[in-house]
Amino acid sequence: MTEHVATNETILVVGGGISGMTAALEAAETGKNVVLVEKNPALGGRTSQLYRYFPKLCHPTCGLEINLRRLKGNPRVRLLTLAEVTGIEGDTGNYTATIKIHPRYVNENCTACGECERAVEMMVDDPFNYNLSQHKAAYLPNAMAYPQRYVLDPAIIGTADADRAKTACKYGAVDLDMQEETIQVKAGAVVWATGWQPYDAAKIQPYGYGRFKNVITSVEFERLADLQGPTGGRILRPSDGKEAKNIAFIQCAGSRDENHLRHCSRICCMASLKQTHYVREKYPEDGKSTIYYIDIRAIDRFEDFYQKVQADPSVSFIKSKVAKITEDEHGNPVCHGVDTEGYKRYTTPHDLVVLAVGMEPSVKGINIPGHIVADSSGFIEADPANGAVFGAGCASNALDVNRAVQSATAAALRAIQVVNKVAKAEA
Amino acid sequence: MADIKVAAYICKGCGLGERLDTDALVKVAQKDGKVPLAKSHDFLCNAEGVAMIRNDIANEGVTHIMIGACSRRAKTEAFYFPENAVARANLREGVIWIRPDTDEARETTQEMAEDYIRMGCAEVKAMTAPGGNPVTGSSKTLLVVGGGVTGMTTAIEASKTGYPVVLVEKTGALGGWASKLYKRVPVHEPYKSPADTGVGELVSQVLGDSNIKVYLNATIAKTDGAPGRFIVDIATESGATHTEDIGAIVQASGFTLYDMNKLPELGGGKSPNVVDQAGLEALAIAAAAGDGVIRRPSDGQPVKSVVFVQCAGQRDPTGTHLAYCSGYCCNTSIKQAMYFKDANPAVDTTIIYTDLRTPGNGEDFYRSAQEKGVNFTKGKVVEVVPNGATSTVKFHDLILGDTSAAMADVDLVVLATGQVPNSGVNIEVPAAPAEAGTVEVKPISILNLTYRQGPDVPQLKQGFTDSHFICFPYETRRTGIYTAGPVRRPMDIAQAREDATGAALKAIQALENAELGRAAHPRSGDLSFPKVRLEGCTQCKRCTVECPFGAIDEDEKRFPVVNESRCRRCGTCMGACPVRVISFENYSINTVGAQIKAVDIPDEFAEKPRILILACENDAYPALDMAGMNRIEYSAYVRTIPIRCLGSLNTIWITDALNAGYDGVMLMGCKSGDEYQCHFVKGSELGRTRLSKIDDTLKTLNLESERVRDLEVAITDIKRLPEMINKYAAELVAVGPSPFKGF
Repeated sequence: MTEHVATNETILVVGGGISGMTAALEAAETGKNVVLVEKNPALGGRTSQLYRYFPKLCHPTCGLEINLRRLKGNPRVRLLTLAEVTGIEGDTGNYTATIKIHPRYVNENCTACGECERAVEMMVDDPFNYNLSQHKAAYLPNAMAYPQRYVLDPAIIGTADADRAKTACKYGAVDLDMQEETIQVKAGAVVWATGWQPYDAAKIQPYGYGRFKNVITSVEFERLADLQGPTGGRILRPSDGKEAKNIAFIQCAGSRDENHLRHCSRICCMASLKQTHYVREKYPEDGKSTIYYIDIRAIDRFEDFYQKVQADPSVSFIKSKVAKITEDEHGNPVCHGVDTEGYKRYTTPHDLVVLAVGMEPSVKGINIPGHIVADSSGFIEADPANGAVFGAGCASNALDVNRAVQSATAAALRAIQVVNKVAKAEA
Repeated sequence: MADIKVAAYICKGCGLGERLDTDALVKVAQKDGKVPLAKSHDFLCNAEGVAMIRNDIANEGVTHIMIGACSRRAKTEAFYFPENAVARANLREGVIWIRPDTDEARETTQEMAEDYIRMGCAEVKAMTAPGGNPVTGSSKTLLVVGGGVTGMTTAIEASKTGYPVVLVEKTGALGGWASKLYKRVPVHEPYKSPADTGVGELVSQVLGDSNIKVYLNATIAKTDGAPGRFIVDIATESGATHTEDIGAIVQASGFTLYDMNKLPELGGGKSPNVVDQAGLEALAIAAAAGDGVIRRPSDGQPVKSVVFVQCAGQRDPTGTHLAYCSGYCCNTSIKQAMYFKDANPAVDTTIIYTDLRTPGNGEDFYRSAQEKGVNFTKGKVVEVVPNGATSTVKFHDLILGDTSAAMADVDLVVLATGQVPNSGVNIEVPAAPAEAGTVEVKPISILNLTYRQGPDVPQLKQGFTDSHFICFPYETRRTGIYTAGPVRRPMDIAQAREDATGAALKAIQALENAELGRAAHPRSGDLSFPKVRLEGCTQCKRCTVECPFGAIDEDEKRFPVVNESRCRRCGTCMGACPVRVISFENYSINTVGAQIKAVDIPDEFAEKPRILILACENDAYPALDMAGMNRIEYSAYVRTIPIRCLGSLNTIWITDALNAGYDGVMLMGCKSGDEYQCHFVKGSELGRTRLSKIDDTLKTLNLESERVRDLEVAITDIKRLPEMINKYAAELVAVGPSPFKGF
């Protein structure tokens, strides 16, 4: 919130999803100064794009509200949005990070009144909805967005729409001359919490993602179910807007596969089990879910959640790695394969196929000094060679939210240990 | 108390100036709000507007600020006055954005805004800026209960951060379960073979650290006090008791393996050649000390075939055994199969499983086992029949659909039985009276807290002391006491070490904030705390019973004793108190009550009902805000007051509102019950229990039960809430105006 000057007693947290926010807040609430860097225009990360969490089926925005309130009340966290760390120089206790800040074209005078949005006409893809819908080129990223400040899409700059946005704003908040800046920030320790990205489903060629409109990913499905999503919470299939009631969930889409991601992404089984609840919630009479799986990994206390779904007559489980997906003349995706329990061949059409895509770490192409030690999947390992750069959340492992928060809390302590040592040496 | 000076600031930006008569609002603040200083501003949240307020604080002696502008959730950086009492009248999201911009609507919209100004002025006058809890402690020492991997890691990490640690271990040695392992599952590339446990290194690190004081053969005899000032008695084997001043506590009391003797059908306890995973580790250690060959316990013959039975006594839906999966056992069985294969590839190793669960890089470990020739069979073991020195394993082969599959002449059977948490006493289950003739076995308390609500941390499902919150895994229901490791949820060594490190941070944070008199999560940093006016107290004990965090004890005369640094500031005590003697400086019966009374109630002929909404500030209130941001219209007759939690609801507010002529009251709180979503755990449930008795009050007042409506609300109810409000407003028209209007 404030503009405290970063020193080598400051902790730099990279990534403003739930792991990064947690690391930043836990450190700040322990009395440390933090610079929190987020590449998107608003905090929240991937969890804020989920409709519900497993296993409680509660809403991620509830915890986000608490975290945002913690942040708003804490002067120790300095937040940079639309910002990317492009390099880190130095060593434990003495880093200098180079941070590129992209122009928002809207300054702190913005009251989020929405006049600029009403004034412009240009529509652009909405990444919050995984581009399943469009929004105005002057937009508030989402209803929970913090900072609660509008953004102009760069595509609008230099058009008449940009001038309309500027004219519409009575508060001088639209600044079309804003330029990209590069700043340097000192830090004693770094928490790297850049999260994950869904594995590119188009690479799983036999499943037809990108070719068949009614084959979508699990993260896209979250947006379809979300009341604030592109369909207002109705599960409609992309090809024709028809209600999708017979839905296939394909596990390990990219995970546990030597050709794609070798690791198990841990969350996908629970995510699909959770998503069968969405089908039942939206279509209590005739919704139908089929889960194609290798093993159902409802690990530890999640077992009872699995048992409840198993008991649900509208959900069937088929132990099979789907061989391929085709499309029939009605645009229905058809799953082909062999049910290994009894070796039965199947050719089953569905209204919609949801690929439970794997988790790929976002740690890529970053100039971190000394080369960060990562495992073969790209997750940051705990290794002394990393100095005071600590992986947290899904940058460090395939984790669910609960474990990511644990990991971020642990990373915050490791960072505090370093800056405490710096403080002691300087005292 | 120092003199207070209240100022009201009304913003004209964001359309407020066009949609509302802001001059009239200023007059309302002066006349009805009785505020000496009231101003309007074109753009209050910009630098100039904020400077105006700051100037009034500095030069006009303003202490209390009422801001009539946007929601309290917006523009928080601009309106940040931590030294002052601040109230926000929500004219934007709460009034103009939820009302149509039409001539017909103008009058009711203006009335709504004027009421919010009256309410804001009344609220801020009833507040004082919180000064922080004076009863703080300053102990910086962590107590760690348990000397296994989790406890040792917590101690080492806390010490590395600069905090002294007292570590209490009930046995004679550090190391816990992990010290009984031959090897562990690998945690670094290449995830292919069992790795050294690393326990020896942890033990020597702990013993070599002068900042860590270790008590062996010791238990916690008594834990008294609160974060920052716990006083802990440690009982040692010799009978001596040592007392330590402690700032915060990490409970790492670990687990016990599920007893395989409860699984006779799987051969548990029926043959020495049927062992659990710990038994196999012991055999592996013995083998390593000898010729490296794992031998059959019954006769010392080398094991040539071994079967691992996964989920033994786990994932049991019948309720006989453990309902959950312990998460680590698949990897452990793979590791143990490798003990055999790595020594002698000719040994036949089979793992019978229903779902193999090796998340993350466990997948590589699983692949490695396949390469080493470990057999994996998807099946469910039905029976293990020991027969002399070998056993027959009967199972249902799930791939072949063969219900009578069997493996005969198996030398050794390993049952993967899973973890049972060492959680101490379940304080929420009343102790059952011992049946005649039986010996009563009481669970032994781990912490022996002197808390009024019981000696241990409350448990969640299945005996784990976990947090119920996905976003906040460390939030136990005892402030400053964090659980870590398998007592919290089933886990392996790698996870336990991560968990321990996080718990160390939370404990350090708790003791630091306790010293500063500040609240812990979720109202972190809050300096307000409950004050009890003991003269009025009737010793009814409701506050001490209801506090979701066990913060309130009782003295010998049964008066409540608030331990401020245990308190999480939810206000449940305040809501529970029938004589209304509990309050916070900035949140009290009066701060809400004064707002209720400040609303102008039109007479019964005006046909303008008034509906009071008391909304949870974390979920319902943001949902209403977002309805405003989406310009979803709802009734102009509602007046909304955010409350900290439905648990802080005092029924006097409802009675007052109804007596004052409100036509209805809507209460909006989070989901309660098993899958509760209340961030004060029991708050919404306790609020609802209180509400269940409101019908009696309504009867006494001769009012219809429709006058009070309880709604379970989530933060996503952005479209639903306006619908519910409008529906309720329509229903109330049918019920007719309150008979209390005009009195």
